[in-house]
Amino acid sequence: MSTPVDTTPIARQKRNRFLLQAACIAVSLFMLIPIYLISLAALSTRDSLNQFPLSLLPTNLSVETLNAFLGSTGIFGALGNSLIVGLGTLLFAAIIGVPAGYAIARYSFKGKDPYQLFLLFTRALPIVVLSVPLARLFLTVDIYDTTYAVILLHTALALPTTILISASVFLSVPIDVEEAARLFGCTPLGAFGRVVLPMALPGLAAASIFTFVMSWNEVLGASILTLDHRTLPAQVLSSLSDSPLAYRFAGGFALVIPSIIFIALMRRYLTNMWGSTIR
Amino acid sequence: MAVEAPPTPAGTLAPPRRRKIPPAVLLIAPSVVFMALLLGWPVIQGILQAFRDENGFTLDFVTRMVQDPYFWPAVRNTLLLIVVMIPLQFAFAIGMALMLRTNPRLHKVHFFVWAIPLALSDLAAGLVWLAIFNDRGYLNSALSLFGIEGGSWLAYDNQASMFMCVLIAELWRATSLVLIIVVAGLQGIPKDYDEAAQVFGATFWQRLRHVTLPLLKPSLQVALILRTILAFQTFAVAQALTGQNFPLVVGETYRWYTGLQNPNVAAALALVILVVSMLTSIFYLRALRDKNQGGLR
Repeated sequence: MSTPVDTTPIARQKRNRFLLQAACIAVSLFMLIPIYLISLAALSTRDSLNQFPLSLLPTNLSVETLNAFLGSTGIFGALGNSLIVGLGTLLFAAIIGVPAGYAIARYSFKGKDPYQLFLLFTRALPIVVLSVPLARLFLTVDIYDTTYAVILLHTALALPTTILISASVFLSVPIDVEEAARLFGCTPLGAFGRVVLPMALPGLAAASIFTFVMSWNEVLGASILTLDHRTLPAQVLSSLSDSPLAYRFAGGFALVIPSIIFIALMRRYLTNMWGSTIR
Repeated sequence: MAVEAPPTPAGTLAPPRRRKIPPAVLLIAPSVVFMALLLGWPVIQGILQAFRDENGFTLDFVTRMVQDPYFWPAVRNTLLLIVVMIPLQFAFAIGMALMLRTNPRLHKVHFFVWAIPLALSDLAAGLVWLAIFNDRGYLNSALSLFGIEGGSWLAYDNQASMFMCVLIAELWRATSLVLIIVVAGLQGIPKDYDEAAQVFGATFWQRLRHVTLPLLKPSLQVALILRTILAFQTFAVAQALTGQNFPLVVGETYRWYTGLQNPNVAAALALVILVVSMLTSIFYLRALRDKNQGGLR
């Protein structure tokens, strides 16, 4: 410490900085390499998948495997079902959940705390617990093996999250603007529709995408509640044991691509949706 | 059927209102009814299904479940996976969030990449890693480039390597959920605290231990509960990677329901998951008790 200028802290800081960058890149590679490899597998020909050292570089790309996957029985229908179920869930969850979220954000009422605790509790309900009894209920009311059955299950699963997220979205809209609108003669509904909703819309859209993703990904409930009208993941799961590897890779690829798009669409909302919302 | 009565009207702090029935009740009622029907009712039915047959109360289904040769391995695998995976995931997620907090170059890109698995199902993750870990997959191909002979990572007699494969796939897929919650939690903590501690000469570890982690506790609590409950539900990863060779409890439920066509035993298995999830949630809530709890934010 006798030297007038001690440069070790600066050198250490530089080194730390460098290590940090390297660590970030390493984590990103760990996340990306599997995605690269599944894309490679799905875009290779069946022959090249049968060779042993598989080529790690995209040498002979083709859509043959993907085409075979898309052409196999049930896949197109399953894709359509997945879309219907996802959109239906999104719509249902929004219609039921957004008003409740608004109530949590704007009103204080007796039973608010128990209600929120109830929501937290329902998030903890495992899907299996619901699916098996629901299958029997749906059999008796004759909607077993339809997309409605899956929509109902997914809405129930997504509802607590939708309510909590939309509550936090409404909390972020200042109450002053709503009061101002009321002062200038808007009805409560008018103030909501003309002032609050436009401001809350981006956040609500993000919440809806999240609902859609949850529905798109849900495997177990969908495969228990349906036989012929399966969603894409349920279809892939049920044909897993008797399908060639190429089919499974193509299936994996088909499930991975949408998720990248979803995250790209809503990356700005990721943290404020999960952050203040959850509790 | 009536599981939860709609909250009773008695609002006080609300913005001006003129009606008799508070609007809050009208707004909340549909969700309460819907959840009572589709969440409350099935739980009750599930309990009945597991313990009742045509002749009334029975423990047959439970005994059948317990005597099944796959049951105890499934329980063991599920618990082992959770005990090993959760601490690792939290360590990684907190580390990753702290790295992002220093705003490294391209941190937005990194964050996007790290969040991608958030939207992945465990089935997709299983299929992705199947391409890597299968006998003629990319891992063995890459190893052969270096002249190393790979192993059969997913062979049924190789429990340890199967466990590692499932663990890696789950780490890859589900760490991002914890990461997002921790990042969001960190955003709510002003950097001043950390800087103040730094001024007083606290080392990195001291600051982490005594400043950052205590302030993160609410977020960590939520993340722990959510992540553990979701971890109990993992099954498609193992199904995709190993088929029946690495049983997990939820996978067993699926097998009893679809394969063996026995919804009663499936319901009993589902109850095992329910009870264990509830117990862990209560344990976390107690262990990480927080003074200013309850209520949004």
